[in-house]
Amino acid sequence: MSDVKTQTRHIADRLESPLKLAVFSWPSLLLVVAIALFILNSFMSPYFLSAWSLSDATFNFTEKAIIAFAMALLIISGEIDLSVAAIIALSSTIMGLCLQLGFGTSELVLVGLFVGVLCGAFNGSLVVGLGLPSIVVTIGTMSFFRGISFIILGDQAFNGYPAEFAFFGQGYVWWVISFEFVLFLIVAFAYFVLLHKTNFGRQIFVIGNNATAAQFSGVRVKRVKFILFCLVGLMSGIAAVLLTSRLGSTRPSIAQGWELEVITMVVLGGISILGGSGTIQGVFIAAFIMGLISFGLGLLNVPGIVMSIFIGALLIIVIALPIIAGKIKNRLKA
Amino acid sequence: MRSIHRYHEFWLTLIIALMVVGTTLRSPGFISGQKMIEIFNDSSMLIILALGQMAVILTRSIDLSMASNLALSGMIVALINAAYPEIPIPVLMLIATSCGLLMGVFNGSLVWWLGIPSIVVTLGTLTIYRGIIFVLAGGKWVNADAFTENFIQYTRVEFLGIPALSWYAIIIVLAFFIFMTRTSAGRSIYAIGINPSAALYTGINIGKTQFMTFCISGALSGFCGYLWVSRYVIGSVEVAKGYELIVVAACVIGGISIAGGVGTVIGTVLGALFLGFISNALPVIGVSPFWQMAISGGAIILAVIINASSQTQGKRIILKNREAQS
Repeated sequence: MSDVKTQTRHIADRLESPLKLAVFSWPSLLLVVAIALFILNSFMSPYFLSAWSLSDATFNFTEKAIIAFAMALLIISGEIDLSVAAIIALSSTIMGLCLQLGFGTSELVLVGLFVGVLCGAFNGSLVVGLGLPSIVVTIGTMSFFRGISFIILGDQAFNGYPAEFAFFGQGYVWWVISFEFVLFLIVAFAYFVLLHKTNFGRQIFVIGNNATAAQFSGVRVKRVKFILFCLVGLMSGIAAVLLTSRLGSTRPSIAQGWELEVITMVVLGGISILGGSGTIQGVFIAAFIMGLISFGLGLLNVPGIVMSIFIGALLIIVIALPIIAGKIKNRLKA
Repeated sequence: MRSIHRYHEFWLTLIIALMVVGTTLRSPGFISGQKMIEIFNDSSMLIILALGQMAVILTRSIDLSMASNLALSGMIVALINAAYPEIPIPVLMLIATSCGLLMGVFNGSLVWWLGIPSIVVTLGTLTIYRGIIFVLAGGKWVNADAFTENFIQYTRVEFLGIPALSWYAIIIVLAFFIFMTRTSAGRSIYAIGINPSAALYTGINIGKTQFMTFCISGALSGFCGYLWVSRYVIGSVEVAKGYELIVVAACVIGGISIAGGVGTVIGTVLGALFLGFISNALPVIGVSPFWQMAISGGAIILAVIINASSQTQGKRIILKNREAQS
């Protein structure tokens, strides 16, 4: 960095073959890691390879992953939302409040989703409408949303959710396939289509790479970003419904620290934190990797806090390795 | 630009003063010298940490690992003190600071050498450092009875009526003020934040300067590790959990632009005092402490809105320093 370098851009005579690109892409690297973890896990613990324990393992990551897909889109567009866990807390608290007022299951779910969207819209209007940096705004709303939960609940908790409500977080669709897992697959597919197959998805990439150019090409930058904030809010609302249903109670400290785990998942999935590149496939596999790590280590009686060392190290190593490899390659060339 | 900074600090001082007056109206006797010293003492660690974070943010980076770094350094000295009570406290302070520095060096070299965005690096080290605490202590707490009397007294001894903890903060604030405004290293931190390309052409090594700021924030976190354990007389995995974002909040309220290059030492101190004041004043005026989080969140949002209206220039979004990486 000390001396100014000039960059020359090589334009290859022929395009790289799609197969080669696919094999050496980020998602394939992640897939290798995921498979290695899977094999390692099944050797380490005899309890790992059973349908029920694998099914249990999915609960570790589905809720976070559902948010991570929307977060991936937001980060590609060059923004970030640190308030997702606080949105879960607020949404869960309002659901609990409505439960006290005698709302039924379907109304509770609607309320949960609505609060999520509302919080997302609040973030979005501050960032887009007033042109504020999203990282700071959402640090603020993070305290603000969870703060409201604390005001409402104090050191109390809401309990006594109806029996049908428990289905979302504890129910099984078929045999060992949980409702959460099915929802996770549906959401993953929906976001894959949205990001990679639609006009809207292309616009997100354009905005992330060059917002000014996007503006001049007729992309409604502000509107797209606002929609993305609302989507992240909606997904946090869904996660709030799932988590509340799974735990069966609401405390203001619910989902504490999830924002960083969600972002770790997104970054691990190969989404550039600087915006403009990444794939949903990557995030999809990253979700499994994080789930496998925490579940596998859990079977070995490793406490959660120690698992976080592995996840943190994985985040850095997975990003550092390609850079180091590139540096070595450059040095060999020179 | 200069006048804008003063403007921000002026308003922040005014708001804090108004809050002091308002609190005093609700509960007479609040405005006493003793109470003011207490509030400053309570905010001391936040001030020290916020100054370190300020240096990092000014160069368009962010250090999210400060609280974990603090907790780990604190745990290390707590364990040492419990095992070898004869080691003098200044040595322990030095050990805590060096541990923090080491972690800062690790963060900084990943940012400098590999060019990984700081938010990713420190997000990773945030969880790693906190995990290591658990491994080191075997999941146990270091309780109050394990510490020597000196260990606890080194933040409590009063000099001229002000506790030692506050003196550490005062000394660091003064040193930082001189560093940021009177040395070329301090000025180069601002230069990078305002315009990395121009800074590069002036001969400033951007990566090295960012590395330096991470070392500063790491060393200060380490030092605060000792202070924290000594003040609250506990070493555990949970120490200062979630505090990293409060430190960023203090900076933002103090007028530090997250886009880099804008902000002053005085502003940061005021931002930290603001948050410290809120947590002290709420119980006095009979507001439930559960309101504190929402109020500081609201304050952050307001501060950003006010900051943005005084800095009309369109700035980058997620701490982008792409142009600096040319």
